[in-house]
Parts: sequence; C-alpha cells; structure tokens
Amino acid sequence: MIGLDARRIRAVVRKELRDFRRKRSIVVTMCVLPLLFLVEPVITIFLVTPTTSGVALQKSFILPLLYLLLMPTIMPSTLAAYSVVGEREQGTLEPLLTTPIRQQEFLLGKATSVMIPTLTLSYVAFALFLAAVRLLAAPVVASAVFHDSPTIFALFLLAPLMAGWGIVVGMAVSVRATEVRVAQQLGVLASFPPVVGIILLAVGVVSPTVSVALEFAAGLLVVDVLLLRFVSGMFDRERLVTGAKAV
Amino acid sequence: MCPSISVPRDGMLPDSRSEACNAVSAASILRLARQGGGAGNTHNGRVWQVVIDGSVVGSLPSNETVDLPVDAGHHDVQVTSMRFLRSPKESLEVKEGQVVGLSCRRRPRHPFIVQRSIFFLVASLFKHDLWISLTPEDTVETGPETDGNGNRRQTVAAGALRSPDSATAITSVKEITSAPTLDAKAGPAALAVCQLTKRFGQRTAFSEVSFEVAYGEVFGFLGPNGAGKTTTVRTLGSLIAPTSGSATVAGIPLSPQNGVEIRQHVAIMPEAPGLYLRLTVTENLEYFAGLYGLHNPGPRIGKALDAVNLADRAGDLCGGLSKGLRQRVGLARTLLSDPAVMFLDEPTSGLDPVAAREVHNLILELRQQGVTIFLTTHRLDEAEKLCDRVAIMNTTLRTVGTPAGLRDQLFKKSLVVTTAEPVRDPEWLFTSIKGVDSWHAEGPGSYVLSVSEPRAVAPEVVRGLVNAGADVLTIGETQHSLEDVYLELIAQDVEAHKP
Repeated sequence: MIGLDARRIRAVVRKELRDFRRKRSIVVTMCVLPLLFLVEPVITIFLVTPTTSGVALQKSFILPLLYLLLMPTIMPSTLAAYSVVGEREQGTLEPLLTTPIRQQEFLLGKATSVMIPTLTLSYVAFALFLAAVRLLAAPVVASAVFHDSPTIFALFLLAPLMAGWGIVVGMAVSVRATEVRVAQQLGVLASFPPVVGIILLAVGVVSPTVSVALEFAAGLLVVDVLLLRFVSGMFDRERLVTGAKAV
Repeated sequence: MCPSISVPRDGMLPDSRSEACNAVSAASILRLARQGGGAGNTHNGRVWQVVIDGSVVGSLPSNETVDLPVDAGHHDVQVTSMRFLRSPKESLEVKEGQVVGLSCRRRPRHPFIVQRSIFFLVASLFKHDLWISLTPEDTVETGPETDGNGNRRQTVAAGALRSPDSATAITSVKEITSAPTLDAKAGPAALAVCQLTKRFGQRTAFSEVSFEVAYGEVFGFLGPNGAGKTTTVRTLGSLIAPTSGSATVAGIPLSPQNGVEIRQHVAIMPEAPGLYLRLTVTENLEYFAGLYGLHNPGPRIGKALDAVNLADRAGDLCGGLSKGLRQRVGLARTLLSDPAVMFLDEPTSGLDPVAAREVHNLILELRQQGVTIFLTTHRLDEAEKLCDRVAIMNTTLRTVGTPAGLRDQLFKKSLVVTTAEPVRDPEWLFTSIKGVDSWHAEGPGSYVLSVSEPRAVAPEVVRGLVNAGADVLTIGETQHSLEDVYLELIAQDVEAHKP
C-alpha cells in the first residue's frame, strides 16, 4: 500500500459521490433503506413493557439494537458490486485504466466512496433510533438502553467494519463478474456471513461485553484488510479490458 | 488493375524490422535460454519474466531463447516465475558488443523424488530464489575471430563477466557474437517495438511486430477488423502484457513494473470515449486530471476544451451530447496530461465531415507541437492526409513506410492514354517509344503504359501517337491511393490463406 497517490484516490471518491448524487434512484434507495431498518427496532422497543426488569429487559432490546447493524452490512453491497463491473458495462473502465492509477488506488477510492454514504446514513439512523428511544420510549426502557454501553459501543464500533466487509466482498464479486445484475445479487448474498456474529450475540451464545465487541471488531478488521488485498490481487487489467485472462 | 509488384509475405519493407529492433537494442545482448517446460512441463507453461537491474525487461516462454538488449556495464539479472518463485540474482559485467548467454531452468525434479518439487515450493516461501536456477552457458570461445557477416567475435575468459561482488562464482561465460549497435542516424524513438507478440491462449492477436515511431511523427496503423490494431495499442499502453518481444514507449521499457510510468507519459483514446454521462464535460475532465495527478487542472481543462472547440459546452452533461461531441470530449481528455505519445483509436469514428475535419486539424496542430501520434484508423484517406508513415497490419505487420513510398514499392508507375480512335498498331508504336516498359489496352482507345519516369516519357508518347495519326484526348500518370496499397496487401493475404 506504500506509494499510493492520495490525489488519485480523492479524484475517484469525488467523482463517485458526484455520480451518486446525480442518480436520484441511488439517493432515494440509500435513504429509504435505513428508515425501513429503523421500523422494527423502534416498534420492538415501544412494545417492551416498563414493568419488565433486569436481564429480561436487557435481552428485549439487544436484538433490535444489533438488528441495526444489518444496515451498514447490506446497504453498501449493491453499490460495491456495481463498482468495477458497472464501469466495465458502461465502457468507462478502459479509459480509466489507461491513466496512471494503480488498482489499489482505484479500489480504495471506490471503497471509500461507498463507505462515506453508508456510514453517514447508518450513524444518522442510529442517532434517530436513540433519539426516538429517549423521547418516546418509557423512561425505564430508555434508561436501560442508554446504560447498556457495550451494545451501543458495539453498534458504533462495528458499523464501519461491517460496512467494510459488505464493500470488499461486493468489490470482489464485481471484479470477477461479467454482468452487473449477477454481481449485485451475489454481492448481497456474500455480505451476510458477519451477521452470524450478530445472531450469536442476539441468541445469547456470546454475551455482549466490551471485550467481545473489541475482539469481534479486531477479527473483522483483519479479515477486511486481507480481503481488500485479495481483491487487489484479483484485479487483472488484462482480463477486465479484453475479457481474457493474462497468459 | 495496373501491374503491381508483390511485397514479401513477411510484409516488411527492407530493413524496417531490423531498424526497429536496433532501436530497442543497445550495444550488448543478454541471451537467455529457458530449458524445460516450466510448471508441469505443459505446452503453455507459465511464462517467466526476466528482470534486469530490478525492472522486468522481457518474458521467457518455455523452451525458448530470447535476446535482450542491455547497455554495457554492470547488470543484475534474475528470472522470476511468481513473486516468490525466482532465480538467484546473477551479477554480470557486460562489455560493449558482447552477447552473454545464460541458461535457466526449474530446479531439477528427479523422477523418483517427487517430494523434491514440493520441497522447493515450500522452501521458496521462505527463500524466494530457490525455484529457478540461472547459470551461464558453459562454452568459452578462445581468440578473436570474425563470423561470415563480418561481425567480430570477442573472447572473454571464464568468469570475466562476473562482477567482483557476486555472491557465487560463474564457472564460464559464452560470448556468442557481436551485438548489433545503435544506428548512428537513428534518433531517439518515441516508440520502438521489437518482435512484439500477443497471444490469448491459442489465438494470436498479433505476431512478431517490429517498428519504430520518431518523436513528433504521426504514425498510421491500418488493418482490417481483427488485425490486432487495438490489442497492439492496449499492449503499448501497458494495459495488457505482451506474450513475447520488447518495446520502449516514450523511452520507457515496456514492463509491468513500468506500467504506471508509461501511462503517465502516454494518453490513449479508445474507440468509444467512455464518458460518465451523469457528469458534465468539465467534471469528466476534472476526474481524469485528478487521475493524472495534475495540480490546479482548471487552466489545462480550459485549454483542452478550447482545442476541441467545446468551451461553450463545458457545463453540459455528457449524456446530452451527440456522439461527435462526446468524441471531442474524449480527445480533450487525452490532451490533459500533456502526453509524449498519444494513441488515438478511430478518433473520427461516427463524426460528421465538419467535425472530422476539426479533429484532423487538431491532429496536425499537435504534430506541429511535437506530440507523437499513433493513429489507428480504417479511413485510408484520413491516414494518407495525416500520417507521415503508415503500417499495415494483418496479425503480422505487412508493411511500414510513407504512403508515397508504399505506392512506389507496390505499384509500377504508369501512364494512362486515351485516344479518339483505337491506335492502328499499338504494339509497334508503344514498344518503339524509349522508356515504355510494357503496355496493355483497357478498352478501345484506352491504354496503360508501364514506365519508369512518367514525366520524361509522356511527351515522347504524345509525339509518337500524333506522328501515328492518333488524336490524343487525355494522358496522365496513374495515381494510386493508399487504399490501393491497402487493398493489394490484404488481397495478397486473402490469397495466401486460401486452401
């Protein structure tokens, strides 16, 4: 990763964000998805009876809180899956590859440009959820949610890492795929594995503590970095331009 | 059809190949012979890369020998298969005019010890230079001599080429012959291509292509569909790797390691401009300026837009532009980085005549500014108008030369004469005129005379016809176009490939 040119990465990010903004369907879909993900947790929290107490109360809102993590995992996968094969399909990849940009710079730029709206919308959704809890839920429930710091910590810590997974596997699929539709379907499917961790937490196999969150985050970070390097290795200019593998 | 002379099947004008290869080559040659089929001994074993002084300078297929030009002096040579499957580095001291032979092979795999291969593979993970052995040729020639071509052979004592700081001793070195030296007349070439070949599996995109392009030259690259023109452009633009051969682009050796540097110095305009349709013209150019790492690209974008007459459309979305205007945006994009070499793939494709003329004028202006242009086109009139030299390609390079030179090379000069009535005894009349080599009738009162000097012979022909009582209506030199040259060469190819 040494020798990467930040200007080229910035150029990719700026162009991608401009492109997203101009495509209204992308903006609308990205904004609607977090709202849909908010519905279930908010309803669940409101259904918790104020008389419930202790461990039962905590268990009742852990699942809705962790459910919010699906948002940064799934939301970027379609955009990431479009990143390379989409350029290829619209004929913009070859002119791009004729410039001095390195594949790492291109992939980092693409990943960053997907990460920015994903994280922004995810954190806004988390904030909206917490605001709704504070303002509308029963005071006992609200107090319990805000005092469950490991879960809220995990929520904010894991969001970028889960998004990272979704983005990198989406790009891996995009580098190999020959068609956008296939890439997007596979991208969504491939984004699910880290959800297993959330399920383990939710069903009580693993207790949600700060150390568990840190360990899970560290593991995910390593996997994300390794995957990004792997995707960079898969990025074969010759195959992407000609459709034939380099001999 | 006028009488023609044939061009050899290899399609090269005299010395065009050797000139190009000489341009790539330096004063000394490193001759690497690869023994054995490499991984799995398969027909298509992995192509090894030859690394000299840290840069990949060529590839080495199974059971083949390659000559790599090197400058005289100290060189570290290494052969690599994959990142961790390499040979040790050999340090050589090469003198001017020497050809140094090295042979390389995978470490021997004994048939009874299959594990040995696995051992080397595993060990290579930790010590990367185990996989391939690299040894000098073991023959030593003694005494200076001259070969049949007058090239002087030199004598080198065993180990003399080895640098003093080499880790292990070279037992002997074979000096094969004197290397070709740089043509003193040849200036630095913007593109020098030597025996470049690209295969996709069994399919050959182009084979053993050699040519050179001088700085400031507009070089036309012509050929039918599927001839390998676009693949050649992609290869020289370092988008794809050649299977064999070597090239320098803007003075930089073509290798994967030099890809970024090469792309920094060239600009490629593919046939489809490939613009982002939801972005404006300026935003598209800003993006590419960023990819070229340009500081403060605004003025340069303005100049590029002025050059293609698009300044007034700078704020328009590319999706709303016509095909011709998009093509112009693509051209403006290639101007951004101030390239030493521009590859234009069908730049006037889909343009109306006025827009095409503007592109032509732009190319001519760029030539005046010293930009080297490699122009791929199907439009032969365009090539004839714009190009200093053209190459005609049909998987192999059929010919290279100036349009006029190719016409002279391919077609005999001739005069076309028409008379009011058929001449009474044309055989006697035309053969009696000095300078007329042969003749044939193309119709009643229409004759084609093969001549060596049309301007000198034409008055004689008129006089002869008038003296013979003929009324001369017209006389003129036959004008062969580049299209005639092209069609003739391609027709020869079609004929040659008939079963």
